[in-house]
Amino acid sequence: MVNRIVTGAHYGLRDWLAQRITGLIMAVFSLILLVYFVSQPAITYPSWKALFERGWMRVATLLFAASLAWHAWVGMRDILMDYIKPTWLRLSMEIGVLVVLALYLGWTVQILWR
Amino acid sequence: MSSAAAKKARPKYLSLTALLFEIRLPLPGRVSILHRISGLLLFFPLAAWLLYLLDVSLASQEGFDRIREHYLNLPIAKLGLLLFVWAYAHHFCAGIRFLFLDIDKGTALKTARATSLAVIVVSLAVTVFVGVKLW
Repeated sequence: MVNRIVTGAHYGLRDWLAQRITGLIMAVFSLILLVYFVSQPAITYPSWKALFERGWMRVATLLFAASLAWHAWVGMRDILMDYIKPTWLRLSMEIGVLVVLALYLGWTVQILWR
Repeated sequence: MSSAAAKKARPKYLSLTALLFEIRLPLPGRVSILHRISGLLLFFPLAAWLLYLLDVSLASQEGFDRIREHYLNLPIAKLGLLLFVWAYAHHFCAGIRFLFLDIDKGTALKTARATSLAVIVVSLAVTVFVGVKLW
């Protein structure tokens, strides 16, 4: 740490890495779900409900939702940093993104453990 | 001398309008900006819409039937689904491509262009396939 300018921010490696890992997690989950959709001749309500009542599927879906929240936070923050110049507006929009992602997560938990 | 240099047009910043209307991007650039646009669309409104569909379809048999028999037969809902499929497919394929670029695979110009074309073609093909199935 030589002459590092203290900005209060970290330098982005963790976010960069997290975005890649969460992306991979979501890609794997997507492929599993795709295989399920293709292998089922017709999706009925009982089979659809049964799918999301399996313990591993609930955990996997929650993992997907959490990955999405982290992944989308990094991505949206990148977009906002690039295009929204006034600090007050960017900060407000970043807070908006976080609130929306928290709502998504809460909603997902509610759907899965109803 | 220096005043003549000062009068020269300043280089442009990469503003959104410049990206959209002034700069003609090469194919890998198009994949990149479409990755952003599809990501934005997936974050909002598509994720919220899909959560709504999941919520209603899992809540009860009636909800499932309503989504399946009526709601998803509306042309606007089909278009929304198609937009989702394109955005997801593009974001997925371009994301895989970026992961390979991160580990220095496919960075040669020729390969980078070829994989960019592949990303665009594959995601459009998936979208067309689902579109044909829907209609």
